[in-house]
Amino acid sequence: MSDLFGMKGREPGRLLAVSEDGGWLYYGDAQDAGRMLGGVMGGRSLVFLLCDNSPGALLGYLGCLQCGAVPLLLDANIAPELLAALADTYRPAFFLVPQALPAAARAVLPRTRPLLRLRGSILLAGGEKGPALHPELRLLLTTSGSTGSPKLVRLSAQNLEANAASICEYLELDETERPATVLPMSYSYGMSIVNSHVLAGAALLLTGRSLLEPEFWELVRTEGATSLAGVPYTYQMYRRLGLCEMQLPRLRYLTQAGGKLPEELHRQFARWAADTGRRFYVMYGQTEASPRMGWLPAERALDKCGSMGLAVPGGRFWLEDGAGRAVEAPGEVGELIYAGKNVAMGYARQPGDLAKADEWGGILRTGDMAKRDEEGFYSIVGRKKRFLKMFGNRVNLDEVERMLAARFPTAAFACTGRDDLLLVWLAPAAGEKPPSGEEVVGYLAGQTRLPARAIQVREIEAIPQNEAGKVRYAALGLR
Amino acid sequence: MTNLEKYDKLFLDAFRIPREELPGLKYRGIPAWDSVGHMDLMSAMEEAYGISISTPDLLSFSSYEAGKAVLEKYGVEL
Repeated sequence: MSDLFGMKGREPGRLLAVSEDGGWLYYGDAQDAGRMLGGVMGGRSLVFLLCDNSPGALLGYLGCLQCGAVPLLLDANIAPELLAALADTYRPAFFLVPQALPAAARAVLPRTRPLLRLRGSILLAGGEKGPALHPELRLLLTTSGSTGSPKLVRLSAQNLEANAASICEYLELDETERPATVLPMSYSYGMSIVNSHVLAGAALLLTGRSLLEPEFWELVRTEGATSLAGVPYTYQMYRRLGLCEMQLPRLRYLTQAGGKLPEELHRQFARWAADTGRRFYVMYGQTEASPRMGWLPAERALDKCGSMGLAVPGGRFWLEDGAGRAVEAPGEVGELIYAGKNVAMGYARQPGDLAKADEWGGILRTGDMAKRDEEGFYSIVGRKKRFLKMFGNRVNLDEVERMLAARFPTAAFACTGRDDLLLVWLAPAAGEKPPSGEEVVGYLAGQTRLPARAIQVREIEAIPQNEAGKVRYAALGLR
Repeated sequence: MTNLEKYDKLFLDAFRIPREELPGLKYRGIPAWDSVGHMDLMSAMEEAYGISISTPDLLSFSSYEAGKAVLEKYGVEL
């Protein structure tokens, strides 16, 4: 078995994390967690790991990777119905969850006595043997956490290790780094921060606090965070909070991923970094690539504003047209394709898929449309697939339509939108009373955890369709 | 509308909750009052009262009650 993130050779007394309550975790704690979890779970089995950036979740995650159990990372705040649907589909052998879970989520879980306690997390038996797992499978992530789709990304040790090593190389990470965990570790970007810093032997500043709580900034100041991360919306908050004016002498760099940053924000933070001797990295990734694929070198952040840069070390980008021919000319748009060892084994849609071998052979068709300039820097210009990237999370419009159709059978739905707005077109089914727009927004906000303000319902007489019965989205547009 | 009614209405509109839930309501206490909801609420407060909320005050606006104290600092009588 491979050694994910160099854990075996690590001195047990090295600091792994400082948690927000002032507690310290050591690499030896993660090694112990691996032994304890391995002892109880007996090696390879499927575990649902509910994550909340707590010591228990971090030790549970690293422990599962050490002992060969395969965790599916889920946000501890997942809507209980979605958790129930995933558990019903995949029938995990174990659940590793925070002890202080809300009652509604706890009600979905088995009512058994904990098999193990791990710093505020508890291990519960699922009462199932669990599905068969391919020997190379090490981790599962959701593609679209918010719609509760059962579609998962299957990741191997090679995927995770290759990506952690690439990130360490281009961000020049070493054991003196102290990143603050701004993002949830169940989110692929948040997970990659954990992986790459564990590989570097660094210590995480572990917090479940949000940027809008004084305790977060207290931890950043007193423990000397060296880096902060964020999706585009986080950068809007950094600006509102005046990050550029804060006295944070130990802050070395910022990273951004999870969707295209508006150029004005890109320029503002790039200029601040240049003026204050810090680094600002715009990056590009997808969960399907474990997740990092592109990075813009910090010294080019200003003059390549709007670009997401180059392929990460060990990876390669190219563009293809609709017929699969390479697009070579600078400035021409094509679908962005990536090749590298971090490309996932494939998707899983049902438990039988977890036994499958690698299906993608290291090549990912990203579904993003991009162009390359004369120097080889890539910029994302659009998207081939029907999804939005809202607050850093992928929202698959077809899945939202399916959710709505299942919940409200008396109406027809079509979804469009842009990255800050999900538009739901609602038409009554023949002779039926459709739900109100209010009901639809309330349901979607509850299930997807998207803010109600970002969802708008437009009532129309009928959803426009072509002769083949396909929705004519172009006729709906954005308004 | 009094300032207090206006204050309540900003919460009710932002989070779509019944008025009874306002006393004791805390940031992150309900799914709708997350960081996105908080940023929206702060913008709505600034617009409604014609004020500009500083970063420390934005961070200490952590509950329905704490928000009243913040607004009073800006001369809004509730």
